[in-house]
Amino acid sequence: MSKKAVPIADQKDEAKVACTGKSSTAPINAKLSKEEKIELHRKMVRIRRFEERSLRAYQAKKIGGFLHLYIGQEAVAVGCCSLMGSDDHIITAYRDHGHAMAVGMDTKALMAEVYGKITGCSKGKGGSMHYFAPSLNYWGGHGIVGGQIPLGTGLAYALKYKKLKGAAMAFMGDGAVNQGAVHEAYNLAALWNLPVIFVIENNGYSMGTSQERSSAGPGLAQRAEAYGMNWGTCFGHDVYEVRATMDKFLTLAREKHQPAVVEIDTYRYRGHSVADPDKTYRTREEIEEYRRTKDPIQLFQQALLDEGVLNDAIIEQIDSEAKAEAELAADFAEASPFPTPDDIQKDVYWETDNPDKRTSKGRLFFD
Amino acid sequence: MPVLTYREAIRAALTEELTRDENVVLMGEEVAQFHGAYKVSEGLLEKFGPDRIVDTPISEAGFIGMGVGASMLGIRPVMELMFWSFSSVAFDQILNNAANVRYMSGGLINCPIVIRGPANGGTNVGATHSHTPENVLANHPGVKVIVPSTARDAKGLLKAAIRDNDPCFFLENTLLYGEKGEVPETEEVIPLGVADVKREGTDLTIVTYGRCVLHSLAAAEILEKEHDISVEVVDLRTIRPLDIDTVLASVKKTHRVLIVEEQKPFASVGSQLAYMIQREAFDELDGPIHRLATIDAPAIYSPPVEIEQLPNPQRVLKAALAAVA
Ligand SMILES: Cc1ncc(C[n+]2csc(CCOP(=O)(O)OP(=O)(O)O)c2C)c(N)n1
Ligand SMILES: [Mg+2]
Repeated sequence: MSKKAVPIADQKDEAKVACTGKSSTAPINAKLSKEEKIELHRKMVRIRRFEERSLRAYQAKKIGGFLHLYIGQEAVAVGCCSLMGSDDHIITAYRDHGHAMAVGMDTKALMAEVYGKITGCSKGKGGSMHYFAPSLNYWGGHGIVGGQIPLGTGLAYALKYKKLKGAAMAFMGDGAVNQGAVHEAYNLAALWNLPVIFVIENNGYSMGTSQERSSAGPGLAQRAEAYGMNWGTCFGHDVYEVRATMDKFLTLAREKHQPAVVEIDTYRYRGHSVADPDKTYRTREEIEEYRRTKDPIQLFQQALLDEGVLNDAIIEQIDSEAKAEAELAADFAEASPFPTPDDIQKDVYWETDNPDKRTSKGRLFFD
Repeated sequence: MPVLTYREAIRAALTEELTRDENVVLMGEEVAQFHGAYKVSEGLLEKFGPDRIVDTPISEAGFIGMGVGASMLGIRPVMELMFWSFSSVAFDQILNNAANVRYMSGGLINCPIVIRGPANGGTNVGATHSHTPENVLANHPGVKVIVPSTARDAKGLLKAAIRDNDPCFFLENTLLYGEKGEVPETEEVIPLGVADVKREGTDLTIVTYGRCVLHSLAAAEILEKEHDISVEVVDLRTIRPLDIDTVLASVKKTHRVLIVEEQKPFASVGSQLAYMIQREAFDELDGPIHRLATIDAPAIYSPPVEIEQLPNPQRVLKAALAAVA
């Protein structure tokens, strides 16, 4: 199994977070209403059912290319995005369906996108790895490992430049931390006190390579110390804990322009992408152990049952609605038209899409 | 008309646009306190302050990517590269992110960034510092590529680039920074994608851009005086969008074409031009399209030999005589 980071004992500042797994009483969680708690649960269930439905669509050959499922990691995106205010922004990598749903993108448009349909969120031009919704402060969906991290830093730069009290969350996997661009972004964020949280979703593996086979040093988030940045780790199977941890760092980012690196332990149940037979680099037992003891939906469901917020009838209703929603999304995607060859050269340039406002002359496309 | 150097003209464009729009910021290595590696940004820090004129660490992928991200949220960053040669370490940010983000988002996201800096050989800085990547950049739909040859063009085109809503790559030239030219006192924004006939003629069209415009004009003088050959020099000014109409109009007049470019020949800007000219004006041509490019090898250091590796007036002269023979 992967080696997980331990926060060092002498980490000095107020950003230090204890990973007790008992965060339900943290102020950010204590103030949640019953409905808000149910909504967190519902979001996780909806993501899982959507992903299961998209897997079936892939198996039915409705989806091209890659499909990286978020199943097992739901508490991370849902926990983090539930903290977003109107000036907070997020950007992530290609395992992006969970974040897209967590910020509120419409599942019809998401499913249509992987089906390659014109009704997709990117008009069938981005695919599974490239979802975007700037109106929801969601900036992708990026296919190059680590390449989105400087962009997330730029979102934070823009927020600070415009004197807005928001923060950017830039998500990456445990494999992305070894990209140079990530370290360049760390340095810039720390140097210029930019309100960005670098969130490492540590699911233990980058494709088939475990953390100990790819990353030197004691922990991934701890590398922040080299840049004088705050850092923390967190048990990412517990949505309460994700919220409690991220809330502290987000507050420091918004109020004091302190960037941070937060490593959130999580796990993916499926292969790296649906094309990964998942037979060579980890054991069935390991996956089963996670499913049995650390499933984020089961853990939160149990917590809410214990709190008396959920009951079996509501659980059943949420689940059947989530399945129906995914089914409806697939039906919508199926029924939608593909883009036409005439659409290929649209959305390339702002100018050619706004011909009445065009100021340049000359040819922009060639044959 | 006032006479400015190419450097001063770029500085004037930056000053005017920084004044006009507070979302414009200038960033790059040594642009602020050091006043720019080539003194292009001299005085801007003092005028606009450290929030708008920003020294970056030597971290091209980091700061260019950051500029791309900031532009998605409405900032208009002008990023200075000390040399366009260094764009190779930021290649992913430039071509995967800046060029693609509008498309992959189905048109939802714009990237109004300008990346600028010198891209030229001829200063004996060897192969790592002498790249001319305009063809490589222009190969990516979604971007605009500008290579000005004069002070006036540099100013007017940079202003247009900063106002443009698509990513614009602006390729300057260290050997032109000191060149003087007339620049109108009143504000002039030169639209991208309009070529400029820098000299009229009837016997041969030289299609060129950047510093090769100067070489071509020098050669045209000699051709006129010593060989009685009248040369028209078309300065593309912008590579993408490309003003092919002005090129074709000139070809229809002269019926002979020489392309001159500071590019390695393989799949260069000239390759694209030659294809388009033969495709769209085949019947107008009285002979094959000729091309003069950089001699196909990494940039040599040896100072006297580098002059020969690049296009220069003597090489243009020879190539022009061959083209009209
Ligand atoms: C620059 C780059 N190199 C390699 C790849 C191929 N690739 C895609 S995902 C991946 C593994 C990344 O793992 P991690 O960062 O841990 O994210 P996870 O898949 O676990 O979410 C690799 C090698 C890529 N997309 N981009
Ligand atoms: Mg991983």
